[in-house]
Amino acid sequence: MADNTSGFFANPLVKWIEYRLPVFSTLDHMVGTQYPTPKNLSYWWNFGSLAGLCLVIQILTGIVLVMHYTPHTSLAFDSVEHIMRDVNYGWLLRYMHANGASMFFIVVYIHIFRGLYYGSYKAPREILWFLGLIIFLLMMATAFMGYVLPWGQMSFWGATVITNLFSAIPLVGEPIVTWLWGGFSVDNPTLNRFFSLHYLLPFVIVGIVILHVLALHQHGSNNPLGIDTKGPQDRIPFHPYYTIKDAFGVGVFLIFFSFFLFYAPNYLGHPDNYIPANPLVTPEHIVPEWYFLPFYAILRSVPDKLGGVLLMFGAILILFLLPWLDTSKVRSAKFRPIYKQLFWVFLIACVGLTYAGGLPPEGLALVIGRVCTVYYFAHFLILMPLVGWFEKPLKLPASISEAVLKDGAAGSKA
Amino acid sequence: MKTMTMRAILAALTLGFAAPAFAAGGEVAPPAQKWSFNGPFGTFDRAELQRGYQVYKEVCSACHAMKYVAFRNLTDVGFTAAEVKALAATFEVNDGPNDQGEMFKRAGLPSDKFPSPFPNEKAARASNGGAYPLDLSLIAKARGAGPDYIRALLTGYKDAPAGFTVGEGLHYNEYFAGHQIAMPKPINEDQVTYADGTKASVEQMAHDVSAFLMWAAEPKLEDRKRMGFKVIIFLVVLSGLFFAAKKRIWSKIH
Repeated sequence: MADNTSGFFANPLVKWIEYRLPVFSTLDHMVGTQYPTPKNLSYWWNFGSLAGLCLVIQILTGIVLVMHYTPHTSLAFDSVEHIMRDVNYGWLLRYMHANGASMFFIVVYIHIFRGLYYGSYKAPREILWFLGLIIFLLMMATAFMGYVLPWGQMSFWGATVITNLFSAIPLVGEPIVTWLWGGFSVDNPTLNRFFSLHYLLPFVIVGIVILHVLALHQHGSNNPLGIDTKGPQDRIPFHPYYTIKDAFGVGVFLIFFSFFLFYAPNYLGHPDNYIPANPLVTPEHIVPEWYFLPFYAILRSVPDKLGGVLLMFGAILILFLLPWLDTSKVRSAKFRPIYKQLFWVFLIACVGLTYAGGLPPEGLALVIGRVCTVYYFAHFLILMPLVGWFEKPLKLPASISEAVLKDGAAGSKA
Repeated sequence: MKTMTMRAILAALTLGFAAPAFAAGGEVAPPAQKWSFNGPFGTFDRAELQRGYQVYKEVCSACHAMKYVAFRNLTDVGFTAAEVKALAATFEVNDGPNDQGEMFKRAGLPSDKFPSPFPNEKAARASNGGAYPLDLSLIAKARGAGPDYIRALLTGYKDAPAGFTVGEGLHYNEYFAGHQIAMPKPINEDQVTYADGTKASVEQMAHDVSAFLMWAAEPKLEDRKRMGFKVIIFLVVLSGLFFAAKKRIWSKIH
């Protein structure tokens, strides 16, 4: 790098390596001084790097857990207890991994809703959005299979319920389920393949994350105003401005994580998973982990099994169509008075689905689940295209720096 | 505006978590007890755990296994290594095969796990009218209300209300799902004689053994809470430094 002859790049060792392998300049372009970023990113933009941190925590704790875990139906539960009781800091590793999964989903859900609010899926960031959704799907598969590994009651019955969903597929459903199980019920072959895939998929996620970051760098981050950067006055280098802002976010996030990890490590789990799997005793009420509850509610809102399965998968797949379902040219909801309100209604519907998903599908919970399911799909399929056409957006600022300066003059901080 | 939306999302998330994901299934909510291990600085009461151990050994262990707990773990409860050795020796454990290829019985060692009262589930059921006495190692974490539930269950034996028919070999219990439990009332007034002179009322014994079972289920609870406090203090300071650095670095912008 010709323009980097001072400071860090002047170090002879760095120079020597850089001449042979350009790792430092590559990093500098990825997350350093050579990556221009909009100057107005809010704290909602912290969640991407936090998601990356979560992935790293899961992989590191997971690798050590595997050193002590045994993927066999007769030993899995015992080996988890061995980790909790006999392995040095095993309790810490396992609680980090189990709660880390929940933290990962919290962070990713906020990251996705951030994208929904500020229109981060719109041109030219469609592929960036798709890659994010693929990561989300892989995360769900990984988390589901990971939950099976302790071989507790919810592990076993959750696996039974979810794999059985595929039996709803006409004609080939039953053979597919047998194929997934590696037998005629969830048993040792199922546990073994889930373990294998649970170890594999995080590295596939790492690969997609690299593509996600690559796609991000093509056009840079979107921003709260949703307008493109117009020149150097709108941009600041990622380092030091966003590295330090992300570092602060990491600190706050870890405090939140620590609260669950150290003081309520089983709050987000289900007590039944401390009962060893028993194929002869069905738990009264089978529930997935909290982060699957919205989709579980959609599944159970439909009286027909195949219909429920299609709608559940459709709830995620529909997100791939968002760049076209949203007909508005304006990215940020800040300038979209109607869409902005619908965003909050949509968020409430998602909370409603989470609530309904945790309760037996009867009475009020079923009604809430159904109403929210209808709204979930109506939001994307009906409201989004229509609002895009009929809504009159507010006037967009001419540039980011203009808006920031005006904001600054008004005494509020961007 | 920004803090408001942040708060709204946090509230939404909390609501999502609060969704009662656990089946309530006809149980009466057990009354919440004061436990020494509650709260961010909670610790186990060693005297309480030792009394609880005595109840477990003299009452529960006749039918219930506790296979994940080893005698050596009892040093956490406040017994000395010598006491644990002596205490382990009062149990008989199966070992083998020896050089003649035969299984044999020997006195327990601190490294042994608690021996199970029955050789297998079938034998346990045969001796208990078809019911299976659960392993108690994790029971305090395997029930939503944890030790509150255990204590409530142990003290919840009552005469069935009028009109309620209790099945043969079953017993009415206010806190058991469905109210019919196979386990007969396990503890009665003065069933054990506490070494420390504590009056062995049913409530006292139920409380002590529930605390003991919480320890059995979560033996690292104290380490966890102690470490948590240090980690959070560290993170608060670290975040404060990051925030100050952020302010300073960003002051060059605008």
